[in-house]
Amino acid sequence: MALLKINKLTKEFGGLKAVANFNIEINEGELIGLIGPNGAGKTTAFNLMTGVYEPTSGEMLFDDKSLVGLKPYEVTQRGIARTFQNIRLFSDLSVLDNVKIAYHFHVKYGLLESVLRVGRYYSEEDMIEQKAMECLKMFKLDDRRDEIAKNLPYGEQRRLEIARALAAQPKLLLLDEPAAGMNPQETHELMEMIRWIRDELKLTILLIEHDMSLVMGVCERIYVLDYGSIIAEGTPAEIRNNPCVIEAYLGEEVC
Amino acid sequence: MEASSLTQQFFQQLINGISLGSIYALIALGYTMVYGIIRLINFAHGDIYMLGAYAGYFATTFFKMSFFPALIFSMVVASAVGVLIERLAYRPLRGAPKIAILITAIGVSLLLEYGGMILVTPQPRTFPELFTTTTYNFMGLIVNSQQVVILVISLALMFILTYVVNHTKVGKAMRAVSFDTDAARLMGINVDRIISFTFAIGSSLAAAAGILVGIYYNSIDPLMGIMPGLKAFVAAVLGGIGVIPGAMVGGVLLGVIEALVSGFLSSTFRDAAAFIILIVILLFRPAGLFGKNIREKV
Amino acid sequence: MRSKMKRDLMGIVGAVALYVLLMGLIESEVIGAFWQLNIVLICINIILAVSLNLITGFTGQFSIGHAGFMAVGAYMSAVFTVKLGLPYIVGILAGAAGAAILGFAIGLPTLRLKGDYLAIATLGLGEIIRITILNIPYVGGASGLMGIPRYTTFTWAFLLMVITVLFIKNFINSSHGRACISIRENEIAAEAMGVDTTKYKVIAFTIGAAFAGVAGGLFSHYFYIAHPASFTFMKSFDILTMVVLGGMGSITGSITTAILLTYLSAELASYPEWRMVIYALLLIVLMIYRPQGLFGNKELSLKMFSRILGGGQRGAAQNK
Repeated sequence: MALLKINKLTKEFGGLKAVANFNIEINEGELIGLIGPNGAGKTTAFNLMTGVYEPTSGEMLFDDKSLVGLKPYEVTQRGIARTFQNIRLFSDLSVLDNVKIAYHFHVKYGLLESVLRVGRYYSEEDMIEQKAMECLKMFKLDDRRDEIAKNLPYGEQRRLEIARALAAQPKLLLLDEPAAGMNPQETHELMEMIRWIRDELKLTILLIEHDMSLVMGVCERIYVLDYGSIIAEGTPAEIRNNPCVIEAYLGEEVC
Repeated sequence: MEASSLTQQFFQQLINGISLGSIYALIALGYTMVYGIIRLINFAHGDIYMLGAYAGYFATTFFKMSFFPALIFSMVVASAVGVLIERLAYRPLRGAPKIAILITAIGVSLLLEYGGMILVTPQPRTFPELFTTTTYNFMGLIVNSQQVVILVISLALMFILTYVVNHTKVGKAMRAVSFDTDAARLMGINVDRIISFTFAIGSSLAAAAGILVGIYYNSIDPLMGIMPGLKAFVAAVLGGIGVIPGAMVGGVLLGVIEALVSGFLSSTFRDAAAFIILIVILLFRPAGLFGKNIREKV
Repeated sequence: MRSKMKRDLMGIVGAVALYVLLMGLIESEVIGAFWQLNIVLICINIILAVSLNLITGFTGQFSIGHAGFMAVGAYMSAVFTVKLGLPYIVGILAGAAGAAILGFAIGLPTLRLKGDYLAIATLGLGEIIRITILNIPYVGGASGLMGIPRYTTFTWAFLLMVITVLFIKNFINSSHGRACISIRENEIAAEAMGVDTTKYKVIAFTIGAAFAGVAGGLFSHYFYIAHPASFTFMKSFDILTMVVLGGMGSITGSITTAILLTYLSAELASYPEWRMVIYALLLIVLMIYRPQGLFGNKELSLKMFSRILGGGQRGAAQNK
């Protein structure tokens, strides 16, 4: 069953077509990769899906409901969570606080209850604390709970960003270059974590990556983007041998 | 007849507005250049204008200089102060959070204002008569010689500035730094020196405005820079902050609008006119008339 | 009993104790008229600083027009008591409501501006409010609204100050408060985490404005007059100074600097220009050497004391 269906998505900035004729289809439970040379429009595609940009034309259906025109927070509340190319943590807040934010839109107490500390305030706060700690434990960050986010080593920061995205309880997880800046050992651990997330938490994952070992090793299907359009789609083996893909990266007139 | 006196009022206010606007333009240029180069709203800039007026006052009263030497003197003094302020108060905060720099700028402004009050007392000072005031009557419209002087000097200074920015090496460096500071540094431009230079030029223009106002309105006081400073800032935003021609156009436009409001609506609302324009611009076209919208990269 | 509840209770007990102490000193005339005035002023300034801190320190929205909201509160409350003959508390509530409505109306369109632009917009709006009031004859125009009875007592000021601090502190330590803080930290990430940033920016602005209105009501009913000259950009800047010096995001900081700076103003009352010069130098030096202010974004807490005394509790609830 198609969880995410995007059809002829186009985004123009002035005269520049950043994304044109972008078509992808992702089924529940799949682990899909989105690759392409720098400037191909991958992050733009993410930004379109998550409501940061509004598309010039085209349609996006998530769970059979349109995403077009939604604000980013509405997209998240529908069930799509993302990470960012340049990590966007809440740098001066603690690890625990970073994750707690993700539970905000599920919270059941209003302004008055929070100020007077009556009703569901205490029970909801307890639940948030508990769930946030469970989330941290899953990502082995529970002993860092009071650490200030910006003081964490780079790899842990990336892990925290993923943990935070998952705390929002999405159906679809978008990862934007999660392996950027990681060494082979860290990349390997990341691959394990991504597989684990998909298998244990039953999530659907779409990831942008430049690290081919990660993409080929973890993704079931791959879309290739070049100059804003999808130029190829298939399994890792098919993509590896596709001449158009090779040309896009290495640049020889083949297609 | 009603109609012709209305049009006459209109043109009269237009003339007044252009004079006023030239002053705003000179001050606005300083704001826009500094913002263009280091993204700082230099709240103290209005007080540099005040400083220029006082420097001119001392030059003409105690050193008995005539107009042009006094003008040069005050421009030089103001440049020096502007560069000093940048070095001492703004440079240490280059990487600091925006609000810290904003606060510092306001602090410098207060320092100049109240320090000025302590040094020269809050008593307004009067400028000596530097030229004989002649009033020209042109088709029923009144223009006096001081307004002509203001217009001529302002145009001359703006012309010189435009030449410097567009046709000299220093000007090219200024444009480079405002476009991309890091790239400019990598190209071998001494960014600190260019920033100082920008402050120097901006301050000298404000000082010129100050001395011109001192001659025109005759009275100066330590707090005279507050309102004109704010309004000139609005003018810079109106024209597109960071864009030099924008500051010139914005300044004159604001001056004209203010004169028309004061002449046709009410003089108590003339100050509000600038702020209302500010809000309208910020809500509907924050980039101003000539500015470009810059998106944050996600 | 929960530790949070325990802490709240201890805080309230402490506040009551302080009230009784100060009241005693006032009644027995140990504290003379001059310092009585300043204590009331301190309470008012604490309300102003903490309410601005909510907007600027916790939610990260630069607002340098806070005096405008204070003015609305001052005038509206006075209109209700003087012109409409209604009781003091109704006036205060009306002032708060008026300021809140204005905060909401202003917040909605302007809060899509960021950083410097928002600062300038709020500055402009504060000035527009002041100039508008200046031109309304019903409230006295340029001469101000005079003859306001002194309904504000130390008790009222202290009570409303405690209510303000408790309200804002509890707001901050809830999920809604965390939503506001996340906007300050990284607005784009906050949106991505499902936080309706526009809604929370407006909420913070409205609440901050409401309390500024309360402070305004207290102010005008203490000084017998509401005058436009009391609500200029300088006043906004005074309040901003307290927030920045105390630490943006620290309620303790705002309270501390409100007390210190009111005291400093009182001591230097005879030398107004020197007061401003000292202020300005203090600000410049502090911004260069310690831009995070006195407390940064931390609160003074008993946890800190116990840690200093060698008791550190690892893994205890992190609530401030």
